Amino acid sequence: MSPDYLLTQVFNGLASGAFYALLALGLSVIFGMLRVVNFAHGTMYMLGAFATYYGATLFHLPFFAALIVAPIVVGLFGIVLERALLRHLYPLDPIYNLLLTFALVLVIENVVRYFAGALGSPYAIPDALSGATNLGFTIYPTYKLFVIAVALLMCAVVWYVVERTPFGARIRAATENPTLVRAFGIDTGRLVTVTFGAGVALAALAGVLAAPTTNVQPDMGDAIIIYTFAIVVIGGLGSILGSILAGFILGVVQAFGTVVFPPISTTLIFIVMVVVIVFRPAGLFGRPEGGR
Amino acid sequence: MSRRFTVVMAALAAIGLVLPWFVYPVFATQLLCFALFAVSLDLLFGYVGLLSFGQAMFWGGGGYAAAVLLQRAHVDDVFAILGGIVYAAVLAFLVGAISVRRSGIYFAMITLAVAQIQYFTAYQFTDLTGGENGINLATRGLFFGVHITSDRTFYYVVLVLVALGVWLALRVVRSPFGRVLQAMRENEPRAIALGFRVNRYKLAVFTLAGALAGFAGALAVLANRLAGLDMVDWHTSGAVVMMSVLGGVGTVAGPIVGAGIFQSLDYFVSKTAIGEETNMVMGAIFGLCVLLFRRGIVGSFLVPGPKRAKITD
Repeated sequence: MSPDYLLTQVFNGLASGAFYALLALGLSVIFGMLRVVNFAHGTMYMLGAFATYYGATLFHLPFFAALIVAPIVVGLFGIVLERALLRHLYPLDPIYNLLLTFALVLVIENVVRYFAGALGSPYAIPDALSGATNLGFTIYPTYKLFVIAVALLMCAVVWYVVERTPFGARIRAATENPTLVRAFGIDTGRLVTVTFGAGVALAALAGVLAAPTTNVQPDMGDAIIIYTFAIVVIGGLGSILGSILAGFILGVVQAFGTVVFPPISTTLIFIVMVVVIVFRPAGLFGRPEGGR
Repeated sequence: MSRRFTVVMAALAAIGLVLPWFVYPVFATQLLCFALFAVSLDLLFGYVGLLSFGQAMFWGGGGYAAAVLLQRAHVDDVFAILGGIVYAAVLAFLVGAISVRRSGIYFAMITLAVAQIQYFTAYQFTDLTGGENGINLATRGLFFGVHITSDRTFYYVVLVLVALGVWLALRVVRSPFGRVLQAMRENEPRAIALGFRVNRYKLAVFTLAGALAGFAGALAVLANRLAGLDMVDWHTSGAVVMMSVLGGVGTVAGPIVGAGIFQSLDYFVSKTAIGEETNMVMGAIFGLCVLLFRRGIVGSFLVPGPKRAKITD
């Protein structure tokens, strides 16, 4: 294997890792604030792709507009779900919101399948991003480079907002001690809603980016959500940096594993997860604490 | 044991005895298998508070093990079932050793992810498992001298075996061992402070639950004469969680009722205009159940009784 070939695999890994990172990031942001593991995160990713597809076929919405519009639309839908449903279960064991969001997966996915059909629809790569770019060592698909760039940008933005702005400070404070933050006159309920909407929007953004790379189909979220779960377990659930790094790293690990032994591509992430739990039960970047 | 619980069990026994004369016997057998499968989940979720979201790996794993033994080794049905139980128990021991290191939501996510390894193994080792086609089996033979080729006869064999499994589960949750499990569910730090090695208890009950799920899965394979990928699919893990919660976790009887109602409803919905997308209805019912009715059907019926599912509050 030549170095150029290996470097190409690194880029392939980063391209799939971009999706894992965006999804894991959203999942972690939501978990950090709400203590909810959003099972419907993959479903929101699927809705992002469908919003892109139907935006184009029904309203001639161009791809670059969909990058903005679809996450907003799906994020608002997420806010409705949070206000109407999830909210009622916060006082209980977080496991119940996992179950509730699992119910949402079934309902939303089957409704989409009922109306759109189980078979997918293709969505073309926008002209500006089709073709390939010469990276010096290889000719690489421009669209994949775009995906990597957008994901890195969004990860940086989220990290900056949460870690470096006053708004992020409120979120972090409300995560640590909601009662005290409320005593300071900050509406934590609104923070929770905004955070959930933002996390969902990140998943939808990943869905928009995925639309040109795969068939837009109702079960596309099913396949990726369990990988994302494994990745946040590896990175440490609730750790923003851990989720981003684990997402990109596992993407690369998977790309190399596939080269060495193709059948392992489907299970390698789960195997890595098992190894990580054996040696670091809290994940690579997670803080060891009680199970909940 | 409360009187209401006795009433529920008696009603279930009565229904169990006459069921194959009212519904298609293979469907009835399927109900029994799912009932035992749901009870295995209840041991974990209801009595220890560990939500296994990968229980299909034992149900399907046990089923596939039995099917492979029948197809490749041409063993008797009895040994195929035993093989399914042993495979599921060993698998559950290994998976449990990893996953009981975390609890709560992490436990659910880890079991879900690990179960995917079983799924993809069944999908990719086509030589042994038939891949997407699964394993089709010829007719059944003898079971301890009883001809079980007839679906209705086999139903009654399964009824006895499932009743044994349920009895075992009840014995376990009412034993001192079961008391420790419930103590862990109520207050794990206190159980640790009392000197119980909680992870060993969790591993033991996880292995037992896996074995019961494998037992149920092997029986289901014999009933359908088919081991298919849907048995190891994570949606099946989700379905058994839905059945248990619907019926009422922490009651043993609840998941049996839940399995019966879930399967029947799913069948009726599939006959409506909704067709194959039954999960939009099942998911909505389950969602409402989680929001408003967490004790489940039997759990609510048993409320006046002394032991109600604390986890639901």
